Amino acid sequence: MSTTLLRSTRLGSSLSSISRTFLHQGAPVKHLHTSLKTHYAASNSPPPAEGFLPGVANSQLIKHTHHDALRNPELAGVANGETKKMNTFQAINDAMRIALATDDTACVFGEDVGFGGVFRCTMGLAEMFGRDRVFNTPLSEQGIAGFGIGMAAMGSTAIAEIQFADYIFPAFDQIVNEAAKYRYRSGGEFNVGSLCIRTPCGAVGHGGHYHSQHPEAYFAHTPGLKVVVPRSPIQAKGLLLASIRDRNPTIFMEPKILYRAAVEMVPVGDYELPLGKAEILTQGKDLTIVGWGAQLYVLENAIQLAQKKMPGLSVELIDLRSILPWDVETVCNSVNKTGRLLIAHEAPKTQGFAAEIASTVMERCFLRLEAPIQRLTSYDTPFPLVFEKFHVPDMIRCAEGIERAMKF
Amino acid sequence: MLSSQKINLAKVAAKAFITPLTVRTFASSAARSVNINLHKGSFESYNCDLPSLDVEISKEELVRMYRSMVTMRRMEMASDGLYKAKLIRGFCHLCTGQEAVAVGMETALTAEDKIITAYRCHGFTYMRGGSITSILAELLGRKAGISGGKGGSMHMFTPNFFGGNGIVGAQVPLGAGIAFAQKYLGHKAATFSLYGDGASNQGQVFEAYNMAKLWELPAVFVCENNRYGMGTAANRSSANTSYFKRGDYIPGLKVNGMDVLAVHQAVAYAKEWTVSGKGPLLLEMETYRYGGHSMSDPGTTYRTREEIQHMRSNNDPITGLKQRLLEFNIITEDEMKAIDKAARVEVDQAVEEAKASGEPDLSEFWTQIYQKDSGVPYVRGREPEEFHRY
Repeated sequence: MSTTLLRSTRLGSSLSSISRTFLHQGAPVKHLHTSLKTHYAASNSPPPAEGFLPGVANSQLIKHTHHDALRNPELAGVANGETKKMNTFQAINDAMRIALATDDTACVFGEDVGFGGVFRCTMGLAEMFGRDRVFNTPLSEQGIAGFGIGMAAMGSTAIAEIQFADYIFPAFDQIVNEAAKYRYRSGGEFNVGSLCIRTPCGAVGHGGHYHSQHPEAYFAHTPGLKVVVPRSPIQAKGLLLASIRDRNPTIFMEPKILYRAAVEMVPVGDYELPLGKAEILTQGKDLTIVGWGAQLYVLENAIQLAQKKMPGLSVELIDLRSILPWDVETVCNSVNKTGRLLIAHEAPKTQGFAAEIASTVMERCFLRLEAPIQRLTSYDTPFPLVFEKFHVPDMIRCAEGIERAMKF
Repeated sequence: MLSSQKINLAKVAAKAFITPLTVRTFASSAARSVNINLHKGSFESYNCDLPSLDVEISKEELVRMYRSMVTMRRMEMASDGLYKAKLIRGFCHLCTGQEAVAVGMETALTAEDKIITAYRCHGFTYMRGGSITSILAELLGRKAGISGGKGGSMHMFTPNFFGGNGIVGAQVPLGAGIAFAQKYLGHKAATFSLYGDGASNQGQVFEAYNMAKLWELPAVFVCENNRYGMGTAANRSSANTSYFKRGDYIPGLKVNGMDVLAVHQAVAYAKEWTVSGKGPLLLEMETYRYGGHSMSDPGTTYRTREEIQHMRSNNDPITGLKQRLLEFNIITEDEMKAIDKAARVEVDQAVEEAKASGEPDLSEFWTQIYQKDSGVPYVRGREPEEFHRY
């Protein structure tokens, strides 16, 4: 059902007209949950109270079947190939395997990557490519970043792993002052374009202060870097290959909660997805919602929740994918169409990336805006331990934000 | 120092030195102290003298050490159980097997000395005055926790214990700073900054060494070498595994960290060294953890079960002290069993108290971000009009 819905929306008819059709047939909720039955493990359970099942596993953004996955025009290059069921860490593993196989100068290094890594992203790579190409570093983030920059300055492809994004701060100086500015300050003599730093980020339910941060905002403030956040296995593999091969130093932030939670049919071939381009996940005409990473699944549920209160609500959900450079055109075109914008992210509010998007949209779409731009973010506190559920923008808070945008 | 801090320190000092054990006549002679000879291999030095292998220590102190280690082990075992029951969530790094370091250190120091360590901090928190209830409650994330439930396993503090730090190696320059303040304020005390074999390769550790030696700070850098940095063996992470020599221009001492008396002796020596104006010193405690790096690590994928079993059978700090207590007739087997039992009861009771405590109030979410009444009037909420004022 999900793909038919998406196709129809792409062909111009809105979600509201389709849901009206279902209303005539008398069973929108039943239709919704029959399709969900194929995804939901315990199919003997009673239908969900809200009319939808929350969470990543039940998401309609995930491509559960071979055909679903290959329907994406961005995957045209591998449209005739096979797909394999992979979760996010397996997809990332596959991307690195392809990178190491196609680029002789590529090396993967970081803390504990040799045995497979704490999230299994590097499983089997050391065995396949040798310990001189896939190796452990000592516990030294500044060293890892600096070392990677040096390697990349010599033209080798350096795929560095920072074990948790929260630990990236000792490396901040290296990344911001050395990596980002190398091409500029050397007048093009050197560059570290072949550096890619991968790091797990984001809230996970019990991570606490130092295993949950989402620091894209700190790096988005640095010209010379690229910052990318994937939302699913197919996206992760394509975006990671693109990040590794991009001729600019890239920080690839992997939402760690998706490592096992998101499972898709991922093309086994070599493919890249474009950096700097956002993806419109659902077309709509009432409201534009921008998010990235794991927050998209929360937003999907928030939309479903809001649609119960406001039937016929037509939302354009956009996955930003690249935080830096971000796809200003796609977002502004969308806001010009809908007149309302909501941005959600896990990082705290003040100076979070939503502030940048809101400012730019305000500049470009001022006269088209029908409501103030909503920013649904974590509160301005350090990431708490026991208060995590209150801190992050969950589906209820986001649904309230949608309501506020629509009812202004 | 604020008077409230002075009172707290006094309380901590009192707790450290007044034993709840009532005065009792011991099974052996009327002498209050014993002379114990440490094994020749207990110490190895680098650019300094060896501490004496002859330890003179009171019987009460020995029994206190035993009680502390037994209670600490029970506490860690209780944490293990609570984690497996999913009452403790998140991260939990237990120090089972490393008790001798925390206990030996505390008995050689005063309340004026400061300690700072990384995330394997429950034992140190206990020795520095934290009650078992407050430690367990903190692990459970409850109001009665030592950090109000806001810190969790890695962030426990007492007035003379600076935590409890999550980012590896970050605590070492902090320790140098604390030592500087002590010297500046004229305190006759030292700061002990602990870190592991994995953290020893952090750049900031060497920055701290340099500053400490340059300014002759009363800083003792203690490397708790338990042979594995998470899953990486020391020789696979460090070009030089003689951690006590890594200070280069700072003298060092390697200590058998599984022997509480060796630790006690070395720490007393180190304190004397730094406080007498000789500048910083490095200690390497050769120790071992039976458990994994944390509760999510079984601890058997990078080392053999035989190795763990060997350490447990031959080098266990509690068993080692037990043998000494019996050998020198300090207390009887029955008295030891009584102590074991009392420890179990104490910890079980603390578990119940911790579990009974409620979760922190939601208002705590917004507190302690900034200093109250310091000109940061509010934290922004969801909407333009939503503010949380301090």
